[in-house]
Amino acid sequence: MTISLNVNGETRRAEVEGDMPLLWVLRDVLDLKGSKFGCGAGLCGACTVHLDGRPVRACVTPVSAVGPAKVTTIEGVGATALGARVQASWIETDVVQCGYCQAGQIMSATALLAKTPKPTDADIDAAMRGNACRCCTYPRIRAAIKHAAGLSTADTRLVKA
Amino acid sequence: MSLSRRGLILTAGAAAGGGLMLSFGGRAFAEGKPAGASLSAFVRIAPDGIVTIASKNPEIGQGIKTMLPMLIAEELDADWKDVRIENAPLDPDKFGSQFAGGSLATPLNWDGLRRVGAGGRAMLIAAAAQTWGVLAGERATTAGVVVHGPSGRKLRYGALAATAATLKAPDLKTVVLKDPKTFRIIGKSVRGVDSPRVVRGEPLFGIDVVVPGMLYAVFVKCPVFGGKVRSANLDEVKQRPGVKTAFVVEGGSDLEGLLGGVAIVGDNWWRVNQARDALKVEWDEGPTATQSSAGFAEQAGALSKDKTAKRIQSDGDTDKALAGAAHVVEAAYAYPFLAHATLEPQNCTAHVQDGKVTIWAPTQNPKPGRALVAKTLGVPESAIAVNITRCGGGFGRRLTQDYMVEAAWIPKTVGAPVKLLWNRADDIQHDFYRPAGFHYFTGGLDASGKVVAFRDHFVTFGKGDADVPSASLTRVEFPAGVIENLDYQRSAIPLGVPTGYLRAPGSNALAFVFQGFLDELAHAADRDPVQFRLDLMTQAGPRKASFDTGRMGAVLREVAARSDWDRRRKTLPARTGVGVAFYFSHAGYFAEVVQAIVSKAGAVKVEQIWMVGDVGSQIINPTGAEAQVTGAMLDGLGVALGQAITIDKGRVQQSNFDDFKLLRINDAPPVDAYFLKTDHPPTGLGEPALPPLAPALCNAIFAATGVRLRSLPIDRKLLAA
Repeated sequence: MTISLNVNGETRRAEVEGDMPLLWVLRDVLDLKGSKFGCGAGLCGACTVHLDGRPVRACVTPVSAVGPAKVTTIEGVGATALGARVQASWIETDVVQCGYCQAGQIMSATALLAKTPKPTDADIDAAMRGNACRCCTYPRIRAAIKHAAGLSTADTRLVKA
Repeated sequence: MSLSRRGLILTAGAAAGGGLMLSFGGRAFAEGKPAGASLSAFVRIAPDGIVTIASKNPEIGQGIKTMLPMLIAEELDADWKDVRIENAPLDPDKFGSQFAGGSLATPLNWDGLRRVGAGGRAMLIAAAAQTWGVLAGERATTAGVVVHGPSGRKLRYGALAATAATLKAPDLKTVVLKDPKTFRIIGKSVRGVDSPRVVRGEPLFGIDVVVPGMLYAVFVKCPVFGGKVRSANLDEVKQRPGVKTAFVVEGGSDLEGLLGGVAIVGDNWWRVNQARDALKVEWDEGPTATQSSAGFAEQAGALSKDKTAKRIQSDGDTDKALAGAAHVVEAAYAYPFLAHATLEPQNCTAHVQDGKVTIWAPTQNPKPGRALVAKTLGVPESAIAVNITRCGGGFGRRLTQDYMVEAAWIPKTVGAPVKLLWNRADDIQHDFYRPAGFHYFTGGLDASGKVVAFRDHFVTFGKGDADVPSASLTRVEFPAGVIENLDYQRSAIPLGVPTGYLRAPGSNALAFVFQGFLDELAHAADRDPVQFRLDLMTQAGPRKASFDTGRMGAVLREVAARSDWDRRRKTLPARTGVGVAFYFSHAGYFAEVVQAIVSKAGAVKVEQIWMVGDVGSQIINPTGAEAQVTGAMLDGLGVALGQAITIDKGRVQQSNFDDFKLLRINDAPPVDAYFLKTDHPPTGLGEPALPPLAPALCNAIFAATGVRLRSLPIDRKLLAA
């Protein structure tokens, strides 16, 4: 079937089965390689994209379920001021190790900050625990989110002697 | 310098010929772009002053693409803001060793790549001298400019490069290196050079490769290691949407080579992966189908009683010393198989055309991969080009090139370029696992609490006297050397499950058992766990320890100070504890303290980690160094909290991240990482911070609860109050 999608502000058409996950339409049909395949089961978050600003796992979202929702991927998130700020914060904080999960991390972080501009550590944990980082860049992900939010990046969870 | 186990293997195999001294010969640059003049295989300078440096080693997240060019740029005296970095393709004749493993990039390249930079600088200076007609010794460089001292004249590198490129390259053995006090790039934090592209989602990884006309493939192997296809319903699979073809690969018996299976090839990866639902294969499972984790544990228990087991090391008379000891402690430790679980599943793209093979591979070890492809396909290595892509994690998984040979085999049959991609279950169920192991310890203390006898009967996997990869205990494992009566024995269970090198191989398991049992001895001796370990550093035994006990003592003292160990351990609330552990691996000295709280239900939460490491005189890139050690420790924490691969009927029982759990942000505590600078050549950082974490954690849990954990992953049922 012909599917029409709004991806990063553009209308894109794809001749695919309705049950093909959005991830594979993005990656292999529309050639947007930024969203990553990690688990195929919504367990790692590497494929996270936004549907109308809401973070979803593209690997378990059938393309037919997207409908008129606006799809934003890592390639498009920098078009908003907040997305660009999160990307810049990621660079400044030197978060990236292998980098494979970071598109998904940035998409989840941007969705968090859009809803909760000054997140607490608990807010960060809740919004980001679905995004696995095999290199364990978590302390810098936490710092980069706080930096993007204009908060102090000092880790307030440090224990006292 | 002492190399790790893996270091030795890599040096002998993969990296043979890749020594300290790098070739300065080839003028043709890596990616062959015409702009600029090449001073060497590594350095090209354009007229506008842009310095392009080839980064020769695979980037797996260890930051090597940033760090190795820093060494060249420093001695070239380039301005970092003018530096651009390109990936080098596999070409060891030009670039020397090209692999990612053993935390060896720093020790193998610290000298050689700085000399490459210094050689380029000498050529630029000579070019300036020729241009000005002035004497040697009157010129200096600063950040991309040659300056004539007496006259103050200046020439930018960009203006000199064309002349420099015509000059004879200097002898790199005799070029003059900078005084480290004058470093402008080394020692300063340089952020990852590819990070801007990563955060924009640009295609950098193996999985992102696109070749015109490319098809997509999955390769279905027998769930039992080494099994072969008897028959498969290929005709039904070929009817599935998008499938162009499906065929049986006979395969061989080498678990690291091309194995038997069914290739499904089509126009879209999701479609070919879906087509697996229609696939029915009758497998010849082979002999491994009888093996299981439960069976291994049973065999280990029986073998632990074998008094005739092979002795790895024997000092003094351990039986006699134990008989005369004031206190004897016995404990049995075990750890499971582990998968690497790189977040980017194994994949590779290949094109075979007119007898030539082109490969795009996320690989840590391209050279043996090329050799394996050559042997399996029957083509000369010279006909195989390997492009090394960024890797979505390595951790040792991509040292083995099974996926590369699969990817090269499939297009040979199909006649089009093919991208092979494994799904997550393929990846978890066809790994080269960190081997499980079993240790049966007996320790003897005298009345003063000194360790007078130490025995480990190690039950590992192997055939005869040969251990499977990454499953060895060496005769020098600490505390060997400092204990008068010591006995290391080894028994082995045959294994059909492939094993390999997982971040800090060997050490990642041995640290847990040895540092755990030493902690048991410390408590049995009623000694402070830090002081007990410090005393071992100065204890006189039959030989010296296998590492510098002075350096280890220093990191232990420093981590105790930074964590306020003495006061902290006496003032912690209920069910909260601190634990300490140290380990020497990959030439690095690391001591760590973990503070953990255990809920009444048995849930473990790590509240903070303190680490002190000594990797010599220079931290080359501080931001990268901190990232590596923090990641390594949290990796060790994730392993301890929740990871195990178990075998039943010769198959792996786990299949995805719901049953093989990765650490998440909510379980990642604050980390205090500190480096002691000592007067030793710098060594690597990808691995050596990992091993002490699990034992420090289990020792903290003992302090919190009185429960001694002797197997991993942590079983919270044992910790419920």
